[in-house]
Amino acid sequence: MKNPIEQLNKVFDSRIRLGIMSALIMNNRTNFNELKELIQVTDGNLASHMKTLEEAGYIQVEKGFIGRKTNTTYAITSAGKKAFKSHLDALEKMIRSID
Amino acid sequence: MNNPVQPLETLHDIKRMMERSSRFISLSGWSGIAAGVCALAGAYAAHQRIIYFNQSQEGKVGGAIAELRYDLILIAFLTFAAAFVLASFFTFIRSKKDGVAIWGAAARRLMWNTFLPLAAGGFLIWHLIEISGYGLVAPSCLIFYGLALVNGSKYTMGEVRWLGYGEIILGIINLWNPGRGIFFWTLGFGVLHIIYGFAMWWKYERTSNGNGETMSVKS
Repeated sequence: MKNPIEQLNKVFDSRIRLGIMSALIMNNRTNFNELKELIQVTDGNLASHMKTLEEAGYIQVEKGFIGRKTNTTYAITSAGKKAFKSHLDALEKMIRSID
Repeated sequence: MNNPVQPLETLHDIKRMMERSSRFISLSGWSGIAAGVCALAGAYAAHQRIIYFNQSQEGKVGGAIAELRYDLILIAFLTFAAAFVLASFFTFIRSKKDGVAIWGAAARRLMWNTFLPLAAGGFLIWHLIEISGYGLVAPSCLIFYGLALVNGSKYTMGEVRWLGYGEIILGIINLWNPGRGIFFWTLGFGVLHIIYGFAMWWKYERTSNGNGETMSVKS
């Protein structure tokens, strides 16, 4: 059998990115400030993790405006859903292999 | 990743994050207690007003029913306003303490899912008053409020569901005791809220840090 550790997704090594994915999978569209409050990180930190997730094709970014203020919203892509799910499956396998 | 506990911890984090982002968890027990106290005060005022009405009816015939109706609606409105303001206030305090946004996607979902049954019930009650079906007003309030709570409980602490069940049961019993609206109203909106609020406070807020745990962020 393949070692389950190899099936873990490198992108999800970071707990912040894992947190972002967990929040996005429950919400259709979430804006930057809501995510920031949920995960409790600084703007710059969150932005750089979002960039990584966007480059991996796991989230889709939409820049809009509310009045004059920018409103950036994020949504999970179907590739992101799939990757997140298989990461969870790998974690589950690891836990099962402990007993 | 050679520590065997880590994947379990990670799954735990994920679960907590999903909960946090999908449920509005800042509803304070104090909100329930405050709403209950307002309801008791409102019920007392309404009760006094009805006693006054009955006494004044002995002297003269007819007339004052429109006045009574107006006053009772006013009392109900003031009670609702006071309960709403106080409940929001305590929830606002708690959300500040927990560091959770009060008006996020979770709060919006909660609002919509409780508002919908309430609004439908509101129209029914409005029409009941129009056709003088007063005996059904209190049971309708209780039943629709209970349904709203059960529906909303999916988007906030799950325990709200039990409060909802209680309101629905009281409302149904009240259907066959139409003259005792104020008694059931007091029980449902007053006593049940206070019990619920106290239980929630006991469970989540008694210890100073509550359940406002945050994901420990390290990457």
